[in-house]
Amino acid sequence: MMISIKGLRKVFTANETKITAVDHINLDIKEGEIFGVIGYSGAGKSTFVRLINRLEEPTSGKITIDQQEITSLRGKDLRVARRDIGMIFQHFNLLWSRTVADNIAFPLEIAGVPKEDRKRRVQQLIDLVGLTGRELAYPSELSGGQKQRVGIARALANRPKILLGDEATSALDPETTDSILNLLVDINKKLNLTIILITHEMHVIRKICDRVAVMEDGKIIEQGDVLDVFTHPQQEVTKKFVSQVMGISDEHEGIKQMIELYPEGNLFRFHFIGETTNQALISQLAKKFPIDIRILKGKMTPTQHGAYGTLYVQMIGQPDDVEKCVQYVRDETSVKVEVVQDAY
Amino acid sequence: MLTDWFPNLKMEDFWQATYETFYMTILALIGTFIFGILLGLLLYLTMEGGLWENKFINAVVGAVVNIFRAIPFIILILLLFPFTEFLLGTIRGPKAALPALIIGSAPFYGRLVEIALKEVHKGVVEAAQAMGANTWTIIFRVLLPEAMPALISGITVTAIALIGYTAMAGVIGAGGLGNYAYYFGFQRRDFDIVLVSSVAIVIIVFIFQFIGDYFSKKIDKR
Repeated sequence: MMISIKGLRKVFTANETKITAVDHINLDIKEGEIFGVIGYSGAGKSTFVRLINRLEEPTSGKITIDQQEITSLRGKDLRVARRDIGMIFQHFNLLWSRTVADNIAFPLEIAGVPKEDRKRRVQQLIDLVGLTGRELAYPSELSGGQKQRVGIARALANRPKILLGDEATSALDPETTDSILNLLVDINKKLNLTIILITHEMHVIRKICDRVAVMEDGKIIEQGDVLDVFTHPQQEVTKKFVSQVMGISDEHEGIKQMIELYPEGNLFRFHFIGETTNQALISQLAKKFPIDIRILKGKMTPTQHGAYGTLYVQMIGQPDDVEKCVQYVRDETSVKVEVVQDAY
Repeated sequence: MLTDWFPNLKMEDFWQATYETFYMTILALIGTFIFGILLGLLLYLTMEGGLWENKFINAVVGAVVNIFRAIPFIILILLLFPFTEFLLGTIRGPKAALPALIIGSAPFYGRLVEIALKEVHKGVVEAAQAMGANTWTIIFRVLLPEAMPALISGITVTAIALIGYTAMAGVIGAGGLGNYAYYFGFQRRDFDIVLVSSVAIVIIVFIFQFIGDYFSKKIDKR
C-alpha cells in the first residue's frame, strides 16, 4: 500500500461549537493508482486532502505513506517528508514574482539542490509539462491551463511518491480540464506516480480515476472501482454524481415511448461496463448474424477502464438468429443484455 | 541666479540645509524600513491563524505601534530627548533627529507592512509549506518578495511623511530645510527663504514619489 489511512478525524472548534470536518476515514491507496475523492462543497474533502500532508493537523488517526508514518513526524522530519508529497491547487498558488522556471525551481531550492542540478531538472520538467519556450514568462502572462502546468511541474520537482490534487481542474474550462487530466494520466503512467484527486466533478473521476471514494458530511459513504460505482451507485449522492455524466435517467418514460413506437418488439438493452475488447460490438453483430440492428437510444461514456453506458437497440431478423445473437453477446462479451420487450 | 530673485538666500546655507534634509530622510528611511518590516512581520506572523500565532505578543506589539502612531511627532521628539541624549550624547543636529524620526515613522510603516503581507495570497504560503519550506524560507522567499510592490509603495508614502517630520524636527534644532526656513526665513522675516525652502521640500517629495512609483511599477509582475 502506498497510502494507508486509519481512523482519520479532524474536528474544528469555531465559537465553541465543534464541527467534525473529517469523520473516521479509513482508506488504502495502492501504488500507481489514481484515486478520486468526490463530494459536494462542505463534504470535508478539501480538509481531508490537507490532512494527508498535514497542512491541517489531524485530531486523531494515522496516515502512513510508503511505510512512513506521517502523523508522528515533527518539525524538520515533517518538512523533509513533505518533499515526497507533491500538491497542486485549484488556484495554482504560483509566486507571481517569479518566472515559470523560478517557480518550478522553488521546491528544489527548499530541498537544497545545487544550482546546476536545479537548472537541468527545471528544464526536464518544463519539457514534461509542455511549456518549452515559456521558461521566462511570469505567471500573469500565462493562461489558466498553463499555470496549472507550472503547478504540476513544481509539484513534481522533487520526484514525489504521491501527488495530491485539490480541485486541480475546477478553475479551468472543460477543454483545458481535459488537457490537464490527460497530462496527469501521462505522468501517472510515465512515473508510476500515485495520485489523489479531490473534485466535485464526476467528469474528472470518469476520465482518469481508477478508484473513487464519495464523501458526505466528513465520511466516505461509498468507495470502489470507478466502473462499479458507475454501474451500481448505492447512495443518493453517488447516484446524483453519476447522473452528472450520464444525464438524468428518464428511463421509464423513454422505454414506454419506445415500446409504443416499435410495437414489433425485439427491444434489448445492452449494458456496457468496461467493455474494451469489443468496441465495435454492434457492427460485429451485424456482420456475424443475418440481422439488422437499429439503435434507438443510448448514452456511452469512456472511463479509464473502458466504456460505460447503456444502449437500447432493436434487432430485426429471424427469431432464431436474434436469439443466437443475444446468446453470443452474453457468452463472449462482458456486455449485459436485457430484454425490454419481446416479439409477440 | 537664485540669489538675484531671492536677495536673502545664501546658496551655501541652502545647499547645506538641503543636504541635511536628504541626510535625515535617507538614513531615517533605512531605519524605518528595517524596523517597520520587523514590526509588520511580527504583527503578521503572530496574528490569529498566523505562522507564529501568539495573542499576547500580537497585542503587545499592536499596542506599542498604536501608541507611537498616536503621539504627535513634535511631542514625540521632546519625549525622546533623554533617549536621544543617552544614545548619541547630543540632542542637536541632523543625527540627533534620527532616533525620533525612526521611532515616529517605523510604527506607521509597520502597519503598512502588515497590510501588504496580508494581501499575499494565503494559498501561496500554503503551497510553500506543502513543499516543505520552513518559516524563514517562507518569510524571505515568499512573503517579502510577493509583497514587494506594496512594501515599496508603502515606504514611498512613509518617506513623504518623513520629509514632513524632518521639517518639524528642524524647527527644534535638527537642521535641514525646515530649520533653515524657520530660523533664517520666518524668524528674520526673510520670507523669500521660506518660499525657496518650501519649493525645495516639494521638489524633494516629488523626487521620492517618482522613484517609489518607478520601482513599485517595475517590480510588479502581477
